Amino acid sequence: MKRQFPLFLVFIFGLFMVFQYFVPHETSEWVYEFLLDWILVIGIFALALGIWSLYKVSVDKIKTRKANWGYSYVTLFGLFVMILFGFTSQNGDSWGWYFIFVATVMLTIGMVIQAMVSSGQKGLSLILAGVFLVASVLIGMFDNAWSFHFYTAEGLQNSMFRAFFDHILIPILSTMFSLLAFFIASAAYRAFRARNLLASLLLLAALIVMLRFNPYLSPIFGDYMAKTSNWLMNVPNMAAQRAIVIGIGLGIVATALKVILGIERGYMGKG
Amino acid sequence: MNNIGIIISLVLIFGGLLWLLIRSIGGHEVDRRVIFLFIFLSVAAPVIFRITFQEKATPVVEALFDRIENLPPGSNVLLSFDFDPAMAPEVQPMANAISRHCLNNGYNVVFMSLWATGQSLMTTTLSRVILPEFPELVDGVDYINIGYKAGNEGVLNVIVSDFRKMFPTDVNSVPLDSTEIFKDIKSCADLDLIIALGGGRPGPKEWVLFVGDPADVPVGVGVAAVVAPQLYPYYPQQIVGILGGVKGAAEYEQELTSHHERFADMDTPGIDMMGPQTLAHVVIMAFIVIGNIVYFRSRGKGGKS
Repeated sequence: MKRQFPLFLVFIFGLFMVFQYFVPHETSEWVYEFLLDWILVIGIFALALGIWSLYKVSVDKIKTRKANWGYSYVTLFGLFVMILFGFTSQNGDSWGWYFIFVATVMLTIGMVIQAMVSSGQKGLSLILAGVFLVASVLIGMFDNAWSFHFYTAEGLQNSMFRAFFDHILIPILSTMFSLLAFFIASAAYRAFRARNLLASLLLLAALIVMLRFNPYLSPIFGDYMAKTSNWLMNVPNMAAQRAIVIGIGLGIVATALKVILGIERGYMGKG
Repeated sequence: MNNIGIIISLVLIFGGLLWLLIRSIGGHEVDRRVIFLFIFLSVAAPVIFRITFQEKATPVVEALFDRIENLPPGSNVLLSFDFDPAMAPEVQPMANAISRHCLNNGYNVVFMSLWATGQSLMTTTLSRVILPEFPELVDGVDYINIGYKAGNEGVLNVIVSDFRKMFPTDVNSVPLDSTEIFKDIKSCADLDLIIALGGGRPGPKEWVLFVGDPADVPVGVGVAAVVAPQLYPYYPQQIVGILGGVKGAAEYEQELTSHHERFADMDTPGIDMMGPQTLAHVVIMAFIVIGNIVYFRSRGKGGKS
């Protein structure tokens, strides 16, 4: 029963969603829209699950002293401090006790984590966590320089949130992405070699498309290179991409049928 | 001084490449670190000495520009910021240029995001471009930020029939029903154009599959360069135009500055970034040629490549 019930539900709802698509009746549309409302709930649960998963993986890593466990503290710090910044914002020009509040909240969380990961004495960490928690609650209650915003996006305008996002997250991710240029150049040097006919065709196509994007060289080749490059993108590339898209589409239909009919059961955890 | 710098850096880069080319004829491989050094120089020199080029729009970019340009005033346009900071250097210039274009032409613009990181990048466009350059426009009347919603394709599946089910309020908790801009917008079918900016999933492809086709709304896309070729099968029927990477952004900026005098002096990060990208491409092409010379030389000698 434990295994059959989910299979039954998937079969019923899977079939319903397939047939509903072809039935443009009011009732069918209403049921479809009702089911879509669930997506909102599932989406929020998925978000919460993601945060919980990140927290648990990081804490476990610290607890078992896995390789590079120290970085998990940075992950957890980043996670909680951004949540805190996102829910708070300044009311006037003064920050008041805001930074002490942030520090006490982070110390509370830090002490709780410490208590969870330590194998020996947990009492001191928990007492300290309690002290910091009381301090943060008191500051939160009596400091009017800043306030919580749980229902609006005002926290996203918080200058600390913006500063962390603009000056830490954006440069870090952009740097990671831009490093690709170095590896692509090195890989192009080693891989783009005319070893056989297919490799030569790939090499030629790549050079033509790159030449097209190059204003230094367009006076030499004129419109010819642009036209050839556009043809490459619009004809062979499009034909190959269409074949891939159609192939993927058929694959999705086959997988969906397997799931609906209970042949594919990987989503239940154990195949 | 600037010109001297450009000349010195170009002599260094091309002189070095020539030297490597001569060495390659002798069958000498190029060390990975040397390639890295050349890429660094080819990117750094145009950034430091501000080497830029005039761009000419390709048909796919021109098609999107013309589609936006020719919409009647008061049209409803949705811009979805479905990208993260890693893609931002390529996609944010497009987002800024398209936002300027739409607002300047008097369209009602709805900003939203399917990516959590997109919301902050959207705030960047709003605070650095729209608020300073269009102070006369009113939030909720001329444009609106409805923010991010978790749920990926599920969100699209819902808003294709009803926006308010997924977004009862805007990002500042103002009910959509009380906003002027959403008076005539019930679902995506009431939009005149959707611009999906991104490159991941959910992104432009999902906008076409879940909204563009079912609601019969034209979709234009602005994506990271690596994703652009995958979207060509949808052009021109399902996607009205494609901006691909920095090149697409630069071409769009060029079109915008040349068609609208107001934007003649605007920031053009796309055009600025084309200098380093172009020179880096030349260097990569040179290394591909050098690599092939080394390969054929070593094969001629019976060596292993």
